Amino acid sequence: MTDKFDCIIIGAGPSGIACAFAMAKAGLDVVVIERGEYPGSKNVSGGVLYSTILNKLIPNFWQDAPVERHVVKKRYSILSKDSEMALELNFNNFNNPPYNDSFTILRSKFDRWFAKKAEDTGAFVLTETVVDDFIWKDGKVIGVKARREDGDVYADVVVCAEGANSLLAEKSGLKKKPADNQMITAAKEVISLPREVIEDRFNLEADEGLTMEFFGDAVKGMIGSGFIYTNKDSLSVGVGCPISVMKKRNMHPNDLLDAFKSHPMIKKFLRGGKIEELSAKMIPELGYKNLSRLVANGLLIVGDAAGFVNPSLYREGSNMAMASGVMAAEAILEAKGKGDFSEAGLAGYGKRLQESFVMKDLERYCDAPERLAEAPELFKEYPDAILKMAEGYFTISDMPKREAQQLARRHFKDKVSIWKFLWDMYKVRKSIL
Amino acid sequence: MTILQPLEKKTLAEKLYLVRFKTDTESHLKVDPEKCKLCRERGCIYICPADVYKLDEKENIAISYEACLECGTCRITCEFIDWKNPRGGFGVCYRYG
Repeated sequence: MTDKFDCIIIGAGPSGIACAFAMAKAGLDVVVIERGEYPGSKNVSGGVLYSTILNKLIPNFWQDAPVERHVVKKRYSILSKDSEMALELNFNNFNNPPYNDSFTILRSKFDRWFAKKAEDTGAFVLTETVVDDFIWKDGKVIGVKARREDGDVYADVVVCAEGANSLLAEKSGLKKKPADNQMITAAKEVISLPREVIEDRFNLEADEGLTMEFFGDAVKGMIGSGFIYTNKDSLSVGVGCPISVMKKRNMHPNDLLDAFKSHPMIKKFLRGGKIEELSAKMIPELGYKNLSRLVANGLLIVGDAAGFVNPSLYREGSNMAMASGVMAAEAILEAKGKGDFSEAGLAGYGKRLQESFVMKDLERYCDAPERLAEAPELFKEYPDAILKMAEGYFTISDMPKREAQQLARRHFKDKVSIWKFLWDMYKVRKSIL
Repeated sequence: MTILQPLEKKTLAEKLYLVRFKTDTESHLKVDPEKCKLCRERGCIYICPADVYKLDEKENIAISYEACLECGTCRITCEFIDWKNPRGGFGVCYRYG
């Protein structure tokens, strides 16, 4: 391989494929280098794709893509050891195209489809090939070193879409190795169940989907959460917490996942299921101020490698990844027009990101992880106290109701400082909702 | 139709058996035994979702790289782990992801 491409993209995930698709469509000569056996074979996410960008790239993609279900129901729940408080939202309007741009997906199937679409558009996808480094010349990236014979491949510009475990971005000097409080470690199982059982159990019509997020005792009172997402004939069930928090508690991700699955409020959702696969992934929560530098001469960083994940309740990663991939493609096209692939020539990338939801949302939720870390009570003491109070309120006895309610409230006040509680609630609302 | 039996229980080893791997002959993960001897935290042992790192009878870190799910969590946990991507086409190969 001695040919020179217009652009080399490292990694066939949402950001890399979206970038390749957009450039191939504009007629550029692009190669996506993927280390897995097929695109998607190394790729994991919780499983919800927001599809505003994808629907622009491939209008009405859901008619063709292997999506699982469109999400019409969202359930948020707080657990103590033996109780649950939940809020469920159900929107019939999300049953109409574009289905609120929210679909559950299984990445190995979905990414494979998406990469095929990029190939059909003219991109070249090279699988089973690892990139070990960039090729630098006079302070500019001019290609990549692939681990194979005659592995030096050259291009005008390289896009690093390698994902959260960002070996190359760090090697380039653009990104610092993330600290353990800036990365979530998540473990997930795909658990199969017959389609009818899923629809009956979760009260769904055909193709309707539900996402459930669980806090508090779901992850042993740590910062983080557990989740259950409905696929067509399986559930995606997982947990995720900051690595720093897991380390402090000597917690093993698989043990945490097993504890979540056997929680009395969770296990009934999983009855009759069969475990199909275990997977693991890191989720970057670098924070707006600690994002990677995004551009160097001849190099752009996109997706998880750059740290583009919205850490709030919206949980948006793949859509931001696709957005960054498309914006990188647009900036490269602009640079090609000027014949200038220097950092300055590629500056359109950063500018587009700043003007879009990507940077605006990352800035809006810039301090969510820190604010949550400051108030660990949110995940343990408050849920326990609130649920205990609620249990007292609803426990039927011969005690007059007024006395029972006073007792319940007193129990809460004994456990929780009301002013700190209100202050923490205010901070949470401001930083994550 | 009613299905009442609880979800099957599987050990980590049984779960890993469900995952498809294409195993290389050489490890893509390396530790420095000298550094490991001085390490008290031994974070790698419990933070890895696939139990890749274990203590052997001589208290050295043994690496079962064959079962690595390639999340990278160990690399963030310990600054001394040398993490290289497995050879192209090798390592974990998710069917669902």
